[in-house]
This record gives sequence, C-alpha cells and structure tokens, in this order.
Amino acid sequence: MKTFMTGNEAVARGAFEAGVVYASAYPGTPSTEILENTAQYPEIISEWAPNEKVALEAVLGASIAGGRALAAMKHVGVNVAADPLMTISYTGVTGGLVLISADDPGCHSSQNEQDNRILAKFAKIACIEPSDSQECLDYMKAAYEISEQFDVAVMMRMTTRVCHSKSLVEVGERVEKDLIPYVKRPEKYIAAPAHAKKLHPVVEAKLVEMEKFSNETPLNRIEWADKKVGIVTSGVAYQYAKEVFGENASFLKLGFTNPLPMDKIRDFASQVETLYVVEELEPFMEEQIKAAGINCVGKELIPNVGELNPDIIAKSLLGEVRPLLDIPQDKLVGRPPTLCAGCPHRGFFYALKKKKNVMVTGDIGCYTLGASEPLNTTDTVIDMGASISMGHGAQRVLDKAGKGMKVVSVIGDSTFFHSGITSLIDVVYNRGNTVNVILDNRITGMTGHQENPGSGYTLTGQKVKEIEIDKVVRALGVELVINVNPLDLDAVTKALDAALAYEGPSVIITRWPCVLKKFSPEDIKEFGEKKPVCYVVEEECRGCRLCNKTGCPAIVFDKTKKKSYIDPNACVGCEVCLQVCPFKAIKKAGE
Amino acid sequence: MAEIKNILFAGVGGQGIILASKILAAGLINAGYDVKMSEVHGMAQRGGSVTTQVRYGEKVYSPIIGKGQADLLVSFESMEAMRWLDYMNPKGKVVVNDHELWSAPILMGSAEYPEGILDAIRERAETVVIKAGEIAAELGNPRTMNVVLVGTLIKAMGLEGLDWETVIRDTVKPQFVEINLKALKAGMDQVKG
Repeated sequence: MKTFMTGNEAVARGAFEAGVVYASAYPGTPSTEILENTAQYPEIISEWAPNEKVALEAVLGASIAGGRALAAMKHVGVNVAADPLMTISYTGVTGGLVLISADDPGCHSSQNEQDNRILAKFAKIACIEPSDSQECLDYMKAAYEISEQFDVAVMMRMTTRVCHSKSLVEVGERVEKDLIPYVKRPEKYIAAPAHAKKLHPVVEAKLVEMEKFSNETPLNRIEWADKKVGIVTSGVAYQYAKEVFGENASFLKLGFTNPLPMDKIRDFASQVETLYVVEELEPFMEEQIKAAGINCVGKELIPNVGELNPDIIAKSLLGEVRPLLDIPQDKLVGRPPTLCAGCPHRGFFYALKKKKNVMVTGDIGCYTLGASEPLNTTDTVIDMGASISMGHGAQRVLDKAGKGMKVVSVIGDSTFFHSGITSLIDVVYNRGNTVNVILDNRITGMTGHQENPGSGYTLTGQKVKEIEIDKVVRALGVELVINVNPLDLDAVTKALDAALAYEGPSVIITRWPCVLKKFSPEDIKEFGEKKPVCYVVEEECRGCRLCNKTGCPAIVFDKTKKKSYIDPNACVGCEVCLQVCPFKAIKKAGE
Repeated sequence: MAEIKNILFAGVGGQGIILASKILAAGLINAGYDVKMSEVHGMAQRGGSVTTQVRYGEKVYSPIIGKGQADLLVSFESMEAMRWLDYMNPKGKVVVNDHELWSAPILMGSAEYPEGILDAIRERAETVVIKAGEIAAELGNPRTMNVVLVGTLIKAMGLEGLDWETVIRDTVKPQFVEINLKALKAGMDQVKG
C-alpha cells in the first residue's frame, strides 16, 4: 500500500524508519513541515530551536552522545549554521547526522536562491539529492548509513518542488538503532588548533574514500537508452529532464553529488555523443566535470537563474517552443500578498508611516509586507535579525550626516529570539541611539504558526515557561521599554514619539496575537474573545478613503457611490479603521 | 493511460484549492494512476494568487508543468483564470468559477476589477463557466463551493466513472458526506454530455 506524501513528510518518515532519536530545526519555508512531521513520531524527540545554528549544534551534541540525529532548515538557515558546519567536517560524528538544506529556486518564499550544494562541498561533507518523495524516504535511510560509515555529516539538499510536491511512497518499518555508548574522545571532538591540524588531513582522506563510494553506490545510476544524448542530472531536475527526453537520451542520475563520481561520469561521457548537464541554479556539477577535462554542455543553454521546469529544458536543449494563449493585460490586476484583515502589524505601520525623517530597517516575517502598498514604511530587509544591527550602523552614519534622521528597527518576536537579541546587545553595549520595535504577535506567523520561546509552548504542544521579551530587553540594559497594544493608534504614536525623543537605545514591544492564531487559554485571558465587527455608516462616509490607506483587505471602496464599505465576513473588529476615520463614520456592530 | 494529463488549479489563498486538489489526487490514485501534485506555501497564502498542479498518467516524472501545458485550468476566481491562461495548452479546457475576489489594488480603489474577463477567456479557449458559490449555497452549504468545482472538472476531464463517493467518504467528516456528494454531482451536471 503506497501513501501519497510530500517530500517533507517522507523525510520525516525516513528519519523515523532510520531510527533517528533527536531532531531540531528552526522553521523556514520550504523546510518547516519536516519537524512538524517528526513530532508525530513519539520515538523522535523533536524540538524547535531559536535558530539554525543552535539547531545544528544541538543535533551534533545528540550525535556525539551516540544517537542518530536530524537538523532541518531552509537554505539561508544553513548560512546561520555555517559556523558549526564547517568544523563538523573535521570532527565527524558518532551517531549518524543528517542536515536537511531546503533550497528555494525561484525565491517562492526567500530573500535569495543560493545553491547549497556549494556549501556542502565547501564544508567537505557528503551531499545527497532526492528527486521525489520516495527518494526522500529511501535517501534518509541511506544517509544515516553513509554518515556512520564515513564518520561524516550528510547534507540532504532538497528544493521547494521536492519538499512540497506529493508523490506515492512505499513506507517501511522503523529499525531501532542501539545508542552508541558515549566515550570521551578529546582528539576528535575538541577542535582546538593542535587537534584541528591533525583532523584536516583525515577529512581529505575521507573525501577520497567517499569519491570511491560515489562511483560505486546505486544512488548514482545509469539509465541507458539512446546514446546520441547523455544527460548528467540530479534532484528534481532529473524528473524534468526525464519528462522531456524519456527514452531519447541516456541518463546518469546522481543522488550522491558530493564528492561527484568522476570516474562514472567519465565512463558515461565516453559512451554518448553529446553530454548535457541539467541542474537547477549553479553549474555545481558542470564546473567540476569541465575541470576534469570532460566535454559537456550546461549553463550555456540552461538558465542559472530561477526555477527550472520541463518546458524550460525543452526550450533550452531542443529549441521546442510551445504555442501560448495571449493574456490581454487590460484584463489583469496584480494580486500581491497583503497583511490580513485584523493583522496587529497594520496599526503599528500605519502609525509609523506618519513619522517623518525616519529610516525604517525591517526584518524577515509577515511584517516585511510593511514595505508594500499602501503602508510603504520599510527601507531595508536583508536577513534574520538584521533590522536591529543594520539600524545601529545606519544611525551612526546618519548622526554623522547631522540631519537628525532617526532609525526605527522593526523585528518580529520569533526573529528577535532567532538573532535579534545579539543585535540589540550591540546597540546597548555601544551606546547606540535607535528605536527598536519588537512586533510580538505571540507566534511564528509567516511559516504557518510555529511555537517559539516567547509563545509558552513547545513544538509538541507542551506548556513551558514563556521567555518574556520585556524582561529580556530590560536585562540587556535597555532603560526605555514601552509595551503597547498595536491596535491602539494613539498609544503607538505616543510610544514612537517618546522613543524618538529619547537619547539612547529604546525598545517598543507591540503585543497582540496574529489574527489567524488559534488562541491559547492564556491568549483568551490576556486578549479576550472575538470582537464585534466594524461597519461604515453610509450617510456619514465622505469618501476620503483614509480607511483604505490602512490597506485592510476587508475594506472596499465603492467608486460609484464614493463610499467605503466593510465586508462583515472579512472584518475581525480590530478597530484600526475606526480610529483612522476623521468623520467617525465607522462604528462597532451593536453600537 | 500512457498519456499524462495536467490539471492546474488557480485561486486565492483560503478558497480551498488544496483540499480540492487532494480530492482529485485521491480519486486518481485509487483508480491506479501514478499521480504527482505540487503546491506552493509561504507568503503567497496571505491573500495572494495561489496555484496547485495535479499530473496523472501511467508514469509521471515532473511534479510541475511549464507554460502551454495544462490540459485543464480550473480557476476558483475569474481574474485568476486569466492570470494563468498562458499555462494552458491552447487545445485544453478552462473551468472557471464566475466569482470575483478583489485584490488589494482594487479594494483600495487604485485599480478596477477588469470587465469582460469571462468573454475574453471564452474567446481564447473552450470554457465552462459556472456559479459554484451559488450552486453550493442552493444545496445548503456555501463551503462546498470547491467540491462543486471538483465535480465540474471531473466531468470535463471524463473522469466521472471513477469512484468519487469513496474519496468523499474518506476525506470529509461523516455529517458532511451527503452534502459533498450532492455538491460533486451538481458540479458534474454543469458539463453537458
């Protein structure tokens, strides 16, 4: 009986069957559901870590202590975890260790589309690339064997279409692995210079052994067919190329891509007339194949930007152009993502927008939408935690420029725990002078409502001590700390005025739950039950459209009547529009 | 069965296109097809344009299609059908819900919802327009709109012979089985022949 699974579900199943005992991750699209699914298996201790570096370190600890362990993160998360990663290659592992890197070609939900196979090579660890859900499960089991056989961490590089596409999977049973008894081994696990110097040649020797394995493993398989064209490919690009060429080309399908099986590639190349390398994003395999003196064609024809699909490959390699229906552009209006009706971020950004001579450094989360129409407040968004540290550096230079411009740094609760805390330490320690706003919506919002250290619950729903942001920032030495309800525009404005006038680092904490969040008992106690919706008293509306300027998707402007209207099915009664209306034309239902 | 069929679902976050895709995929799997389904998560869900793809046949490789390849586009919202029209095989069919959801620029009054979208689609491809929301409301539960659309697409693809009753029974809570079966049939009745 086969099961229809996403790649992420199959990875979790593979971890279960491989006898994994510990898993840690920070949520990030497209990787998030991996830990949500390992958490369904009581045999695997599954935890959200505050960031990816912490997750990988916790997983390394679990491995050294003798258990099989799994870390999962999106591609940019591996940058955060790069510090331990670069040395794990030296130390190796005890229990098998797999790091999932979920790359996002096409930037569906990411700030860049980096190709992390390059990081696997840089870190000198093994890299495997599944191309569908069945391989996600099978490769996980293989990865743990490889990890323990070669004493090496294994990066399993997935991409959005592997993570989030569903296909049929034959599942198996869990094989319990005995924990490996812990033995103190300082020469292996203390990467001090004296040990590191000795470990580096060991790493190089492992790479030689792994290349031999790469040439022999069935993870790298040849599918012979017509030999006029030979295709070397990996990951989901294999599925795309197979779709286009079918039996009209021979395939060298690589599942184990670092180190590459260069002997196998050379042998394959010698038997085909033309060799194509079909890979998504970077010419990772192609450059190495060319450096080995093997003729091939790759990025000359196939784009290294964006996501591939069968159509792009057919066009690039075969010159096939499909007829397309035309889309009359006058029949189309954009549909950008927006902050939800009732989103607590809206009130804050609306009030912030009124402040002049400010630079707003933003961060990663739903509140990135504070940069979009009609709020248009945010100036920068780069990476997790950058709002506060970039803001500090910017303020230093703005002070030098002497025009009185102030920086407001805006970050979410989960992002603050991820890496905003160290940035805030930078501001306090160096006697900075920025306004730091922590938008605490009581959950990790954008990735789909994962608990975090501030929410008071764990991944498995266990009630734990909530780490209070207010206490954290006061402990760091911030003296002006203002807690405010972001839906109360006057209160937000006063808080901003006080913080902007203050000399020294300040923190404003806006505390209100994400409108999509299922309220916990503590939330209901603190924030109350659902509120009555708002409506527009038609005869009092003057059509000034200030309510529309909040960008609330529940408010519709009727151009013929020149009146605003609130959709009662979309409104949640946040009352931001009610406070914005200069004519008091918006009322609460029941009033 | 050798030929691979491609169905593209389009709509707006929150309209239930993922559930609809799952129902379709489950019926196809039960019937012995190889099936792949692809969805996009993350920021797009915040009121943005959303698509899923279902591909089926004897052996399916790619989980996604490129432009010009969909045999059927089923759109839960009128303008979204237009947005994804270039993913259609020009010989394919469109099932479109006659239902407008205004996007942010329209709500704010900085753009207008385009007129004549449905006619423009009809001019370009074989099209079935249905009022799935009204049909679902008449049946007594507006939330079954997505299942009405699934019914229409099943008929449009000639898949009405598969065992959809089992899929519905496996997918929805017992108290909603009857209404969803009615919705599915009402959707099928929208396609003649």
